[in-house]
Order: sequence, then C-alpha cells, then structure tokens
Amino acid sequence: MIALVDYGAGNLTSVRKALSALGAEFMTPAAPAELSDARAVIVPGVGHFAATGALDDSWREAIGDAARAGTPLFGICVGMQWLFEGSDEAPGVAGLGVMKGRIARLAGDAEQRLKVPHVGWNALDFTREARLLQGLDSGAQVYFTHSYAAPVTDDCVARTSHANTFAAAVERDNVFGVQFHPEKSGDAGLQILRNFLEIARQDARR
Amino acid sequence: MLTKRIIACLDVRDGQVVKGVQFQQLRHAGDPGELARRYNVEGIDEVVILDITATLEKRQALARTINAVAREIFLPLTVGGGIRSEDDAAAAVDAGADKVSLNTAALRNPELITTLAKRYGSQAVIVAIDAKRREDGFAVFVRSGTTDAAQDAVAWAHEAESRGAGEILLTSMDRDGTKAGFDCEMTAAVSDAVDIPVIASGGAGTFDHFTDVFTSGRADAALAASIFHYAESSVADLKRHLRAHGIPVRL
Repeated sequence: MIALVDYGAGNLTSVRKALSALGAEFMTPAAPAELSDARAVIVPGVGHFAATGALDDSWREAIGDAARAGTPLFGICVGMQWLFEGSDEAPGVAGLGVMKGRIARLAGDAEQRLKVPHVGWNALDFTREARLLQGLDSGAQVYFTHSYAAPVTDDCVARTSHANTFAAAVERDNVFGVQFHPEKSGDAGLQILRNFLEIARQDARR
Repeated sequence: MLTKRIIACLDVRDGQVVKGVQFQQLRHAGDPGELARRYNVEGIDEVVILDITATLEKRQALARTINAVAREIFLPLTVGGGIRSEDDAAAAVDAGADKVSLNTAALRNPELITTLAKRYGSQAVIVAIDAKRREDGFAVFVRSGTTDAAQDAVAWAHEAESRGAGEILLTSMDRDGTKAGFDCEMTAAVSDAVDIPVIASGGAGTFDHFTDVFTSGRADAALAASIFHYAESSVADLKRHLRAHGIPVRL
C-alpha cells in the first residue's frame, strides 16, 4: 500500500485519479503511525509552502523515519520543496531537510517577458541517469505552475530554465521529488508516476 | 523555454458541447469526454470546460461533465461558468478541476478571488474577462455577455491580479466564433498591464491567427473551440505550423 499524505494543502483529486488509472493501491493515512506499514510515501502539494506547517513533528518524524528506513518517498511540487531545508516563501516553516538547500523565489525577466508564476509546459534537461526518469528523453515537456523553486545541487537529475535555472527533478537513494505536476503532464507525467510505482514495487521486494 | 499553450474550450450546456457565434446561435458540437480524448491524443496542452448558460439558468457547474473529462485526460483542467461562491468552486475542484474560472462573480464580489487564492493557491484561480471594443477602450461585460459591467478590461485585469488571480482568460466578444482572428490589440494591452499569464480567446480561424496572437498579441496561451471541434484542423497541425514560425510549443 502506498501512503498519499493529505495535509490539507489544496486538491489531491488529480493525483488520486492518475494513481488509480495506473492501477496503484493507495490510502491517505489519518495518523502518522499508519505510515509504518507503507510501501512508499507520496507527499503532494499545491499552493503555499506555509501549508506544509500542517505536517507537525509527529508527521515529520514518521515520514523521516520511513525515508531513513529505505521506504521510497516522492514529493510533488510543494511536496518536493518540503524535502529541502526551508523556503523563502514561509521562512518560519522548516522543511524535512533530507535534501540540502533552500527554496527561493523564481526570477522573472520583464524584458524577455518571462513571468512569475512560471505556468505552462517546459522542457526537462537531464543532468544524470535517474530511476525516476526511465523511459523519457531529455527535452521531455512537463507542466509547471509555481513561483518558488529548488536550487540545482548534486541531487538534481533534471533542471529547467525560466529566467533562471532550477531543479525540476531530484533523486537521492530512495528519495525523489519533482517540481512539476506529473499527474497533469500527459503521457510523460504518467511515465514518471509509473516509474515511482515500479521503484516502490522493486524496493519492497528487497 | 516555456512554451506557448494551446487550450481547447468545451462550452457545455446540458452535458453536451455547443458553440455559438458572438455568444448566440448555439449549435451542437459533440460529447465532452470524446472531444477531450481526441484533443489529448492530438497534443492539446489544457482543457477548459465552460458551463456557458450556467449564469443565466442559475445552475452549478456540472460535476458529471467534469468527471467525464477528467477521466480521459491527465492535463490541466479548468472549469468556469456559474461559479459564484466558495462552495461552487469546491464542488468543481472535488469533481476534478485543477483551476476555476471566475467571471460575473469576480466582478460582483472581488473578495472571492482572494478567498479562493488563499484556499487553493493563485495557480488555481483564473479570472475570465469578456470584453468589447469601445472608442475609449475595452468594455467588460458579465452575465454571459448580456450586461455592461462599467469596467475597463485593462484596469479590471490589473485589479484581479492584485487580488490573487493566477491567470487572465480574455475573450473578445466582438470576435467570438467569427474566425476573424484574435483581438491582438486588446490582448497586448491586457498582457502589458499584468505579470500573470494571459490566455487569449475569441476569433481563432486560421493558424496564422495563433501566430499573430503569440507575437503582436503577446499572449501566453490561446484558447479556441470551433476551429478544433468540427475537426477542421488538428491541434498537432497547428503546433507544427507555430513551430515552423518560431513559436515555442510542446510537440
């Protein structure tokens, strides 16, 4: 069973529909203790980083413990941002900190008419081999909608350029994250979700 | 590089897609789920469902239609038409909408923009503006284009942004369904006045109309209905044309 963490930030309907279409079995845990049985954990999210404050110490501990125990963990959009140490969008709210670095506001460029929020389809520039991106080619287009983003670090497996370049996908051991919305990115997005489900299946067999 | 988005609009009445000319003379154009599936295969970037008669007939957005479309496509889905309250928006989101489009209600109660932006994030809130040319500017109309709102489109777009809107969907009532081309001048005026993306709508008839609205119109996205519904042109052909003319698109 995959745990889809619902912390009240926006709308999980699309993620649920996509997981169901791929035949995944998932549940939304009502309490952190329920995470101990999960084969994989997905932290979705849309909207403001402050919403992740609803993931209190007990949730942080349960999700952190699962990740340290090797359970595949996948953060989507604000859920990916939460894997980092914190965000300039809500300086008082700490991230999980399993990825090094801090989320910062995207730069725009009035002259080139590059607006913030960054809304629409943009290309992934692969920076290294990644389990999450199997079956896709560098240059694949995915759907973004965000104003803040993660820095390009050693954990970055695909970067995207707007006015500046940011981490569009990250991967380290059993921890994965994407800034874009795989559940809204057509066939490319479904492939990434399928890859994560496959990782969850393989890692569970170990 | 961020691509220019091509958005298909499904004007829905009683669960069926219809299309009119200048907001009148509606005719049947097909089943929403079937059209969405075809557009997805052809490479559409987003889908908008507009319950076009909802404001007049006081109906809620149709959850059944939203569901039928959301089942077919894994693309951004916007729902508009008759969303007057936080509850109406929640019903649309629960049925599978990623964004809601506010029109009459946003003008009548601009607080609703802020309320929904706080609850779902600005990216989920589109303010739709239906406007007609006037000697002194672009006049906003509400209630499915029947009522003069006594507002200028440029000023209203700017206010909508400051209240938390994430995108502007700008429809030229003069061009709607005419296939005479987008109103590029109006689109550019609004696009220059805001920092959020502007979706141009109304008047698409040829591929060059799209090229025009992405260049001189300075649109971030273009929305069309008639040109796609009756299989006159495929989305894929349109995108190849745009790319050949130097417009970045997802292919």
